[in-house]
Amino acid sequence: MKREIPIIIVGVTGVVMFFQYFIPTGWSEFIFTYGQDWVMVIGILSLPLGIWSLVKANVLKLKDPKERFYSAVLLAGFLAMVLTGLKRESFEAGSVFMKLFNTILIPIQATVFSLLAFFIASAAYRAFRARSVLATVLLITAFLVMLRFIPLGPISTANLGAVAWILSVPNMAAKRAIMMGIGLGAAATAIKIILGIERTYMGRD
Amino acid sequence: MSFLEKMMLIDRRWIYLSIGLAVIIPVVVQFEVPVSVSPEVKKIYDFVENLNAGDYLFIAVDYDPSSMAELNPMAEAVLNQAFAKDLKVIIVTLAQFGPGMVEDLTTRLAAAHHRVRGEDYVFLGYRPYPAITIMLMGINFRVPFPVDHYSVPLDSMPMMRDIRNFADVKAVIDFTAGNTADFWITYGVGRFDFPLAIGITGVMAADYYQYLQSGQIFGIIPGVKGAAEYEQLVGFPGKGKEQMAYQVIAHSVIIAFILISNIAYFATRKQKQQLGGGR
Repeated sequence: MKREIPIIIVGVTGVVMFFQYFIPTGWSEFIFTYGQDWVMVIGILSLPLGIWSLVKANVLKLKDPKERFYSAVLLAGFLAMVLTGLKRESFEAGSVFMKLFNTILIPIQATVFSLLAFFIASAAYRAFRARSVLATVLLITAFLVMLRFIPLGPISTANLGAVAWILSVPNMAAKRAIMMGIGLGAAATAIKIILGIERTYMGRD
Repeated sequence: MSFLEKMMLIDRRWIYLSIGLAVIIPVVVQFEVPVSVSPEVKKIYDFVENLNAGDYLFIAVDYDPSSMAELNPMAEAVLNQAFAKDLKVIIVTLAQFGPGMVEDLTTRLAAAHHRVRGEDYVFLGYRPYPAITIMLMGINFRVPFPVDHYSVPLDSMPMMRDIRNFADVKAVIDFTAGNTADFWITYGVGRFDFPLAIGITGVMAADYYQYLQSGQIFGIIPGVKGAAEYEQLVGFPGKGKEQMAYQVIAHSVIIAFILISNIAYFATRKQKQQLGGGR
């Protein structure tokens, strides 16, 4: 029963949610919204688990002199954001929560993301070498597309037609093939889960 | 090791230093870069421009601080245009840190255009699970958002009284740095069939042009250049236009390194062939 009950729940839910999509009635809409509420509730229940795991791991690291500083910063940041964000008014402009968000979180995230420019430059220098026919095609295509998206005045507009063709013909053909493959794969996996053939989502016994 | 061989093996730290200098130069020597407007950006501008005062526009701010340098300027330009045209704007975010982004945008722009929350614009807030939230909003905005971000019931707002779902808005414009655009296209346009346009980061551009050709989106603002184009159209010069100088210099450096690498590669290959040692 430990395995059968989850399989029955998943199977029945899958079939009901599949058919409701094609039945435009009030009842169908009710089942859909009710079902989606359940998804959100289940997802939210996993949040305390994540918080517990994060706090536990970092409290343990406080004992390690090498890791102590980083864990202390993480826990202090976590507590500060939780405590200042508890009230509804916390989200209003000028609140302590928003000040922390604007002055600490935004610069940190923006800085980390901006490092990408350095890595991309280094990777482009090493990767874009016309070593073979395919690599040459990739290099020329990348060059044309890159020139199109940089504001280089007449150079950017000169290849507008060529880039439009690259993006909407070969690019689209490749993307469509990939996406159709993903779609068919997802549908096949969904059918296997609904029929109880695919059971890895239950973990090990 | 010959000079050409050295050019093929430049230490990555020199590349980092060059990029660092490339983004510092425009701070010291300021200059303006002319921007030509692409048809896909113009389509969004024309669409919004042709709306009448009081029409509803739905804006999704689906990005975090990490990509705000690229996406904030375009969201700002579109909001500027919408507020200037006296459109009613409904804003939502499906990104975890999105509320902070929206808060910053609406506080500044609403004050600049004298727009009132609840009367001229509404910020629905954030909900996790983008696909589910989009599908629930397609039924009624009140299902996932019975109250707005500030706990004000939607029914108590004058601008939301007769507004139920996507059928009541003229278009949805999604600014995103992740795969949220896929959810809007698949679960939004696919199921509820509303006009959708997207504003995305530069690296995502090639992935989403296909939807333009298939007609699933009517316009696209690609990266900070797209933002600069939109700013030019709207007539509100902002961060997008400002960043063009940095873009030109940094990309020129990257292109220069690619050229150096390839010239050195071909020259050394030719030398080796002449000596009979290469392939």
